[in-house]
Amino acid sequence: MADLIDFELVSPERRLAKAKVAMVVVPGTEGDFGVLPGHAPMMSTIRPGAIAIHETDGGPATMRFFIEGGFAEVSDSGLTILAEKATPVSEIDVAAVATQLAAARQAGDEAAVERLEAMQAAATN
Amino acid sequence: MPSLKSLKNRITSVKSTQKITKAMKMVAAAKLRRAQDAAEAARPYSERMAAVMASLASRVTVGPESPKLLAGTGNDQVHLLVVCSSERGLAGGFNSNIAKLARRTLEELQAQGKTVKLLFVGKKARAPFARTHKELIVDTVDMTHIKTVAFSDAKAIADDLVARYEAGEFDVAHLFFSTFRTALNQEPTRLQIIPAALPAGDAAGAEAAVEYEPDEEAILADLLPKNLAVQVFRALLENAASEQGSRMTAMDSATRNAGDMINRLSITYNRTRQAAITKELIEIISGAEAL
Repeated sequence: MADLIDFELVSPERRLAKAKVAMVVVPGTEGDFGVLPGHAPMMSTIRPGAIAIHETDGGPATMRFFIEGGFAEVSDSGLTILAEKATPVSEIDVAAVATQLAAARQAGDEAAVERLEAMQAAATN
Repeated sequence: MPSLKSLKNRITSVKSTQKITKAMKMVAAAKLRRAQDAAEAARPYSERMAAVMASLASRVTVGPESPKLLAGTGNDQVHLLVVCSSERGLAGGFNSNIAKLARRTLEELQAQGKTVKLLFVGKKARAPFARTHKELIVDTVDMTHIKTVAFSDAKAIADDLVARYEAGEFDVAHLFFSTFRTALNQEPTRLQIIPAALPAGDAAGAEAAVEYEPDEEAILADLLPKNLAVQVFRALLENAASEQGSRMTAMDSATRNAGDMINRLSITYNRTRQAAITKELIEIISGAEAL
């Protein structure tokens, strides 16, 4: 049994997940990074995207959350992700996102387009 | 001496008032529970955020290059008081305590020759100022339609504050709300939110090896508005719990007062009734004796 890392996902309204997992892949602003047990302490902002949680070593991603406005902190005690908004990827309504995306494109709201595109990519992936 | 009929009417009306206050108390108790749970659930996030801010603060030196939200505008002439209150009354001293603290601050700042502006979240604290300082009020955020405070509500307020700040509308912002201690005890609180008062980070190099991605300044610039939203959110949650706690206590004592009043009125009613009967008896007896 490989080492596990303490993982915590909190939103301002509540704690969404707290578990011991093997690996978490985080979409950092400057590129995706995987956090494994024993990772060096770091802090990073997160771009809108999905975090993938691998509960078993080498296994597939068992949980995926779509994160907006997030921030990741790796310390000795584990990985903490602060997210303004987090949605389980399985709960994303693909059709609704597509309509919102079309509307955002039309309105020329680039931030929203980027966000929704990331959401779409996460849901269809 | 009030008539029997009017006494009876009063007793009935006090009884129905008591029913209302009793129901309000129970509703407030249920809502308090929910508000407390919400405040509890929000704690991990704000604690982590505070910890991150503290560790960043120990690594960043405040200079003219720093984000304005941290370093300030270099002035402290215009103060904005953000006063959070409730949308509904009948909550004991809840709203007036907040308003009182805000008014004291306002007078202090004006005595120092500062310009003061007022922004209200929730209309109840607005009324006392609308009479005396109408020209200072810049905006009122309506919370009537919001049942449980969501983070997005707090974020909207925080974004509005940042926009006003960047437009140079004010130099310093204070947040007024009521800290929830217990259902019986809520404390009106004043908190400076802009420029951010960073907690004194421990300068010890315990976290010296932390890697920042992107660099500290970029993270700080990203986090400052978020931290502001978190503080507003926390204030709103504390306020929600305090409001219900305060209402519960107020309605509890109102129910008790109504009970006392009913007792007093019942005694008067019974005495009056008895006096009337006695009077009638005397009349009959003396009438019979006269025959």
